[in-house]
Amino acid sequence: MRITQGTFSFLPDLTDEQIGRQVDYALQQGWAVSIEYTDDPHPRNTYWEMWGMPMFDLKDAAGLLTELRECRKTHADCYIKVNAFDSTRGFETMRLSFIAHRPPEEARYRLRREESEGRLLRYTLERA
Amino acid sequence: MAPTATLPGQSSQRTTGNTATRYKAGVLKYKEMGYWVPDYEPKPTDVVAVFRITPQEGVDPDEAAAAVAGESSTATWTVVWTDRLTAAENYRAKAFRVDPVPGTPGQWFAYIAYDLDLFEEGSIANLTASIIGNVFSFKPLKAARLEDMQFPVAYVKTFKGPPTGIVVERERLDKYGRPLLGATIKPKLGLSGKNYGRVVYEALLGGLDFTKDDENINSQPFMHWRDRFSFCMEAVQKAQAASGEVKGHYLNITAGTMEEMYRRGEFAKQLGSCIVMVDLIVGWTAIQSISEWSRQNDMILHLHRAGHGTYTRQKNHGVSFRVIAKWLRLAGVDHMHAGTAVGKLEGDPLTVQGYYNVCRDSFTKKDLPRGIFFDQDWAGLRKVMPVASGGIHAGQMHQLIDLFGDDVVLQFGGGTIGHPMGVQAGATANRVALEAMVLARNEGRDILNEGPGILMQAAKSCRPLEAALMTWKDVTFNYASTDTSDFVPTASVA
Repeated sequence: MRITQGTFSFLPDLTDEQIGRQVDYALQQGWAVSIEYTDDPHPRNTYWEMWGMPMFDLKDAAGLLTELRECRKTHADCYIKVNAFDSTRGFETMRLSFIAHRPPEEARYRLRREESEGRLLRYTLERA
Repeated sequence: MAPTATLPGQSSQRTTGNTATRYKAGVLKYKEMGYWVPDYEPKPTDVVAVFRITPQEGVDPDEAAAAVAGESSTATWTVVWTDRLTAAENYRAKAFRVDPVPGTPGQWFAYIAYDLDLFEEGSIANLTASIIGNVFSFKPLKAARLEDMQFPVAYVKTFKGPPTGIVVERERLDKYGRPLLGATIKPKLGLSGKNYGRVVYEALLGGLDFTKDDENINSQPFMHWRDRFSFCMEAVQKAQAASGEVKGHYLNITAGTMEEMYRRGEFAKQLGSCIVMVDLIVGWTAIQSISEWSRQNDMILHLHRAGHGTYTRQKNHGVSFRVIAKWLRLAGVDHMHAGTAVGKLEGDPLTVQGYYNVCRDSFTKKDLPRGIFFDQDWAGLRKVMPVASGGIHAGQMHQLIDLFGDDVVLQFGGGTIGHPMGVQAGATANRVALEAMVLARNEGRDILNEGPGILMQAAKSCRPLEAALMTWKDVTFNYASTDTSDFVPTASVA
């Protein structure tokens, strides 16, 4: 099944042209874009690997797309996401984050149920 | 008599003339007792309220405003000598301004200032007992409505506010850049725990972020609470495993006692739920208590505003929802239902946007067309995620995103579960419509005008969306709103 984290996972995979337009939007808002990748998209895996630092002084989307292509070449078997970070007071957090590359085979997780006292179940997600 | 020191903003006996005369036993007009101070400048530490008042025939508006000030602070109906044992001037609320309501003869906006010392720190119960405790039954007024309030930073800082807030909620859920999607499980009464959980699973698997218990789902004969919690969390956990996304179901822990609410909250936590909910009717103290519990247990707290329509809807009497929203943000909830503007429930677009701003601003600016009478500095208090729920569907996605932006939970109950192809398809239709519209907006397209076209385009590769658009294309709830702006002609968005 498709991992549906990220802002646009229910749409067909974005083309580089579409990714570029989202990056332009982020830059217009004054947000810093960055790239992260992982081979473990567990929903609680907060810290994906950083592909360089957030691009605080980027002027247009071309710079990000160049880096994205590099990252895809090196980590074709990983998930890669594009983030946009807003440093405005009261936010100081991500404002947009979408998957920009998927591995040939999607990661799958299985629910492990541990039976506890009474009818209580304790749940864990593990890689299938 | 030797002059006594006065505090800033205070002048001794400013309107009461001779003290001996003022305290002669008998009945005085409120104006003459010191509750009408037209030249008063509110101090930066005052709490300020604006009431809409409708005085009885023959009662002049200044006197009516003074009476509201009196009855919401120190006054009783007659002079009492025991006032003289206090710095009474300090404790009297002061009506300082009365404006006619535009276009509504017989109604006035009365502005009243309250000294900070009138209120206990961190207690909405105390605040409300003062401000709305007595005055709404007061005979010289035909009707009264609390329209808005302004709180000094010093008072705001006595509250902890939302346990999670918008920013941290998004970081826990790992969901950015779009509204969240929810649905209330229907029918709200009669499903067994197992059947209820089925709807939760299908809706979350189809693409929703949250599902929700309705306000009156507690622990009835057809479904006891522990069964509901167990089956719902099995559904949530399974949907998380299948999608790789964090999901949640608002487990309603509203109960008859706090002890029982805590018990239900603990069980929700044990099962791994990220969110619980309570209804507004549990009361302010219960809300503050469960907020504290949520803070200690990493729980998002969803509030359903059950019952608010009894006092928020009619313009001439009651308490505006913008005031309730301010109290809820202070009391500390993470989600609150704040209206849809386009759906089946009361609320015109500007007035509803005013409520959203109260939830989400770091600093709310005075904005009369949206019903906001005062600037409000929220002093770093976390932000509340507003929830739009009631009679909305995928075909309105462009209007909803245009009105409310990204920081909102859009809840399509009937619009998910009533889908002709099933619950999962209904959820997918909503998620695809949402993501397509956000993508288009970010690309700079004029979604308000191009919205229907954008949805039709997205529907070409999504059969469920196409079916949703066909099923609900003509559904609108285009009735005139009751609670509308006093300062602009009322618009309707349908």
